[in-house]
Amino acid sequence: MPALLEVSNLHAQYGWTEVLHGLAFAVEAGGITTILGANGAGKTTTLRAVCGMVKTTGEVRFDGHRIDGRATEDIVRLGIAHTPEGRGTFVDLTVEENLRLGAYARRDTSGITRDYERVYEYFPVLAERRRQQAGTLSGGEQQMLAVARALMSRPRLLLLDEPSLGLAPLVVREIFRIVGAINKDDGVSVLLVEQNAAIALDLADHAYLLETGRVVMSGPAADLKRNEAIRRSYLGY
Amino acid sequence: MDILVQQVVSGLATGGIYASLALALVMIYQATDVVNFAQGSMAMFSTYLAWSMLQAGVPYWIAFCVTLLIAFAGGLVIERVVIRPVENAPILAIVIVTLGLLVILVSVAGWIYSYIQKPFPSPFPDRPLKIGNVVFGAHDLGAIGITLVVLLLLFLFFRYTTLGLAMRAVAQNPVSSRLCGIRVSWMLGLGWGLAAVFGAVAGLMVAPVVFLDPNMMGGIQLYAFAAATVGGFTSPLGAVVGGLLVGVTENLVGTYVSFIGTELKLTVALAMIIIVLLVKPSGLFGRTTVRRV
Amino acid sequence: MASPGGAAAKAAEGGLERVSGPASGLSARYIPGAGVFLLLVVAVALPFTLSNFRTFQFTQVMIYAIALLGLNMLTGYNGQISIGHSAFYAIGAYTTAIMIDRWNVGYGWTIPVAGLLCLVVGFLFGRPALRLEGLYLALATLALALAVPQILKYFEHWTGGSQGIVLTKPNAPWGFPLNPDQWLYFLTFAITVLLFVLARNLLRGRIGRALVAIRDNHIAAEAMGIDNSLYKSAVFGVSAAYTGIAGALSAVVIAYVAPDSFDAFLSITFLTGIVIGGLATISGAVIGALFILFVPNWAQDISKAAPWAIFGTFLIVFMYVMPRGIAGFCRLVWIRLTRPSVIGKEAR
Repeated sequence: MPALLEVSNLHAQYGWTEVLHGLAFAVEAGGITTILGANGAGKTTTLRAVCGMVKTTGEVRFDGHRIDGRATEDIVRLGIAHTPEGRGTFVDLTVEENLRLGAYARRDTSGITRDYERVYEYFPVLAERRRQQAGTLSGGEQQMLAVARALMSRPRLLLLDEPSLGLAPLVVREIFRIVGAINKDDGVSVLLVEQNAAIALDLADHAYLLETGRVVMSGPAADLKRNEAIRRSYLGY
Repeated sequence: MDILVQQVVSGLATGGIYASLALALVMIYQATDVVNFAQGSMAMFSTYLAWSMLQAGVPYWIAFCVTLLIAFAGGLVIERVVIRPVENAPILAIVIVTLGLLVILVSVAGWIYSYIQKPFPSPFPDRPLKIGNVVFGAHDLGAIGITLVVLLLLFLFFRYTTLGLAMRAVAQNPVSSRLCGIRVSWMLGLGWGLAAVFGAVAGLMVAPVVFLDPNMMGGIQLYAFAAATVGGFTSPLGAVVGGLLVGVTENLVGTYVSFIGTELKLTVALAMIIIVLLVKPSGLFGRTTVRRV
Repeated sequence: MASPGGAAAKAAEGGLERVSGPASGLSARYIPGAGVFLLLVVAVALPFTLSNFRTFQFTQVMIYAIALLGLNMLTGYNGQISIGHSAFYAIGAYTTAIMIDRWNVGYGWTIPVAGLLCLVVGFLFGRPALRLEGLYLALATLALALAVPQILKYFEHWTGGSQGIVLTKPNAPWGFPLNPDQWLYFLTFAITVLLFVLARNLLRGRIGRALVAIRDNHIAAEAMGIDNSLYKSAVFGVSAAYTGIAGALSAVVIAYVAPDSFDAFLSITFLTGIVIGGLATISGAVIGALFILFVPNWAQDISKAAPWAIFGTFLIVFMYVMPRGIAGFCRLVWIRLTRPSVIGKEAR
């Protein structure tokens, strides 16, 4: 069965500089895949490339259909949700308005109302602050809001860009626990980009290691975790 | 004292007109970082279309509404067709394109309708109203009223509709908006359409006072720029407050400062712009934006 | 048409890497110079072959070219958008007119005075302008341009109000066998050549590159040690001076000044000129000047509205299709032909 997301020979460039050189990876339906690597390896660019936010050549297939070259807003409507680096919250709008925007492309009002409830169940702190301006939330709360907003579109694939960045370990663990629950209970596949390799490998099934725009290693997450040599030289722990 | 009140009310009336045009400018600036130098000309052209309808015997308020619809469509089309190719170009390119639009609209209006001034009817009765010792022009009060209605509708639109929410989102963060599936380009077109509607309202309210001619909006545009500058280009509330402030100031200065009189009124606007830009460029209500290198 | 400002403009144009290619034109190096020489010869011969009216028109072309060169320094090379240069043109013109009409000063002296005055005014305007970014500066200068006719009409005692000031066309001095139109042509020609050579020397090399650096990335420029404030105000001053001198010359040549000729539309005309001619080019000033003088002349035969409709259309179409103007386009073609190994970035 073909994977939910399949990427082959992906090249991406910013202006005249190429940053991804022929990437290939996949995300299985229902699975959690993580892309690891140091700063500047091209992890964020990879997610942006999947969403059509950078200039690319190569193939990106979602559910068997090619999505490379299409506009971001069209790709997102196919069932992919992306929480970008830096969270991308609408800081001047309220929490509730942020969530409402997550569901913008949907028409089923009753479904949307139910999803508000579900999202508030996952993230009770958002329910408390629903009328607050998003910019006044703490870093951890904003990250939760970003994930919640992504969930409001009922995606089949969730792209998470460095959710642990700048957050306290306890908060990070909580968020990752919730992501795991979302994956198991709602069947949302996840493509997770992380610098914090330890926590990512705990969550993921499958892992890819990126170095300056190329995949240098891939395999089941458990294997990479077990392999001492790889851990020391590439993952720093 | 009575004269003061009269001048203030009169200033508020013209201020409302400036506020409408300033709102148009601010809406477009918020969404696109572009100042539409052609806003006044678009308003002028809409007003001429209304004039044609009135000449053909269409009742005023129907012509009014149809004009607003046409203005909306026109604004949308202009954004999609004329502005889109330079959406991501450097500022100078966009400035030049809007200036080009300005002169095209003025010259086409002149060609179709000639440069001779035409009178334009006001929907409000000619009789002045007397409240206490103060005399108010019905048109002045009517203009204030229309401005308030339009502002209220706009506020409701932005606050309570999904589309309005989407437009606010796009103005703040176009990238995240795309990630929510919002078709940003169409929102921009929508923004220009709405802005054109405000411009048309301003034109329809001002034409009875200054008479209709292709260059009618030149001075008004300057006042609208002053209003947006004073209030802050990033704040719709600022545009309204700025407009009212400029209107009242213009009137009071013109009345009480003898050497200014009516001849140097434009200079007052210029002075306001320069002072604000030097002292607090982001205006009364605007936010100073920090640009990343 | 080969660009006479070739070297200067190439250096000032960001984004082209010069790779020393094969000497595919040993002769290619000399073509621009030959082109300029030819142009000068033709220019000198012109007044003797054309009618007085045509000579007068070409004099105006040169005057516009000076004004456009001034504006181009500020907006094209340095990226400071000015929609208010009609103000400096007006200052120059009225300075001359008032000095001749009220104080009986010889017209020759008025020109450098106008230039100096505008240099100072421009520099003073440039200082506060430092704090205004792109759009806000455009706005402030447009506001200035809109207010100028009113101000001119107001100070009637000096400016003659709406009627303006009428002057007389001077005769050729020292008994030169030239009629007034021809004399003024050569006077303007001499001043034009002087100012163009001066500009070329300013804009090639360090100063030109600094201006462009400030335009393209002012923070990086500052970090490289360029004193942004000094350069930006100075170029405002020089730019105003050039336009002021053009205004002064126009007062002498046309022998009449009136407030309504110096409105915001004149500023837009200047902007049109540099866009069509080519931003950040020197030859573009001449091309643009030819355009803004002759096109309205021809277009007015069609209808009163036609000139502006054409200007507007050209402005928009050029931004889509030829953002570097005619001179910029010609230079690109020239480089493609003579140095095919040069790697070029896309024209902005």
